[in-house]
Amino acid sequence: MKKKLSYIDSVHRSGTIWNLSVMVLLLAFPLTVAAIFGAAPDWGALAVGLIATAPMYWVVGVIETVTFVPMLGAGGSYLSFVTGNISNLKLPCAINALEQNGVSANSEEGEVISTIAIAVSSIVTTVIIIIGVICIVPLTPILEAPVLEPAFAQMLPALFGGLGVAFVSKNWKIAVAPVVLMLILFIFVPALNAGTVGIMVPVSALFTIGVARLLYKRGVL
Amino acid sequence: MEFHVNHPILFLLAGILIAVVLAQSVFFLVKALRRSRELGMDQTKIKKTIKTAALFTVAPAVSIVISVITLSKSLGIPLPWLRLSVVGSLSYEAIAASNAVSAMGLELGKISSLTAQQYVNITLVMTLSIMVGIWLVPVIGRKLQRGMTSLGKRDAKWADIFQNALFIGMISAFLGYVFCDFSRLWIPGDYAPTSGLVPVCVMAVSALVMLLCGLLLKKFKWNWVNDYALPISLVLGMAAAIPITAWLG
Repeated sequence: MKKKLSYIDSVHRSGTIWNLSVMVLLLAFPLTVAAIFGAAPDWGALAVGLIATAPMYWVVGVIETVTFVPMLGAGGSYLSFVTGNISNLKLPCAINALEQNGVSANSEEGEVISTIAIAVSSIVTTVIIIIGVICIVPLTPILEAPVLEPAFAQMLPALFGGLGVAFVSKNWKIAVAPVVLMLILFIFVPALNAGTVGIMVPVSALFTIGVARLLYKRGVL
Repeated sequence: MEFHVNHPILFLLAGILIAVVLAQSVFFLVKALRRSRELGMDQTKIKKTIKTAALFTVAPAVSIVISVITLSKSLGIPLPWLRLSVVGSLSYEAIAASNAVSAMGLELGKISSLTAQQYVNITLVMTLSIMVGIWLVPVIGRKLQRGMTSLGKRDAKWADIFQNALFIGMISAFLGYVFCDFSRLWIPGDYAPTSGLVPVCVMAVSALVMLLCGLLLKKFKWNWVNDYALPISLVLGMAAAIPITAWLG
């Protein structure tokens, strides 16, 4: 008799099928457009365009995968890497849900909670974008109103202010060193800005793990 | 067939893809909900989790709609709609598109209407350059997760601390980012010296709102506050950005 798959195993199996299918479909989009409109890609320009873009984002993609998968859980990872907006939406949403429920991300309950939060967030995002696309004509002047611009420009600080208080205050012993280090780096290194914060996430995560390990070994935690 | 960036066929193709991704989200949601019942988890708590996640997502999702509008001016609606529903982000798509177009000796934003070939090139560069996460998670996700599980079996306390350290590390990087223009105070340039304080003040407002929510929860036992604290602090922080930017920006 076939052995019944554990929940996690079945998440991995269906996640693999979904993600690879979405990947094939994503690649099919430009190829279908090319076929329907009878326009072959300009291969030379494609190579140049790819060389200018891909290597950096491939490296970032590998680092992001290694950094975010342990935080997102299994189901959350498969979904987040398809739907995107991980550090500015899916991950904060999952962290908040884990906090709210008081469950550890390592437990199966944690896995279930973060998957639910990320799935709901993905669905709501997709639906809101659909509504936005349908109503793009009446919405454009409202959403592009100059008065609203600063609000959306400052979304990340508004997000991480709230999340930071909730999380840092509960883990302040681990948090002091990385917060101080990141403040100093971002204030005094001009190259660190909105475009490079993604690269600093794994750096900061590794540093924090090192600090936490030290404190743990000394019995401070 | 004559090509233009808002051709109905492009809407149809993008729509099909987005429907598949939506189906994947629903699939995982149903799967996790089922498992939560098998594990005997408190279903009222699960309902609250869903409500909070949905509410929290609204403001960031609206900002994604704004990105769609921004990109649609040069790329039409279907492509940004697809790219920002699946994987992408405004900055990435803009960079990928401009790299693809400049490789063809043109400049994005200065082209009155894209040809089908330019469109195909842009789409291929966007798609291929950011493909990594989608296939890498199936390849190494299981191993990474197993590593976390065995860590938990060896030393459960350290595994919890490790997990929190990861979250703290990520949050610290973004708290640092909030201060990235702080040096405008002493480095003169084409900006108001105090403009670097805008994100810092916005963060402070949001943090204060969060603290206030925590107080209300403790003092008055308003448990519902717990469910809405993060969405509330996000939206109030963003709202505060309007007067703060007018004042300091």
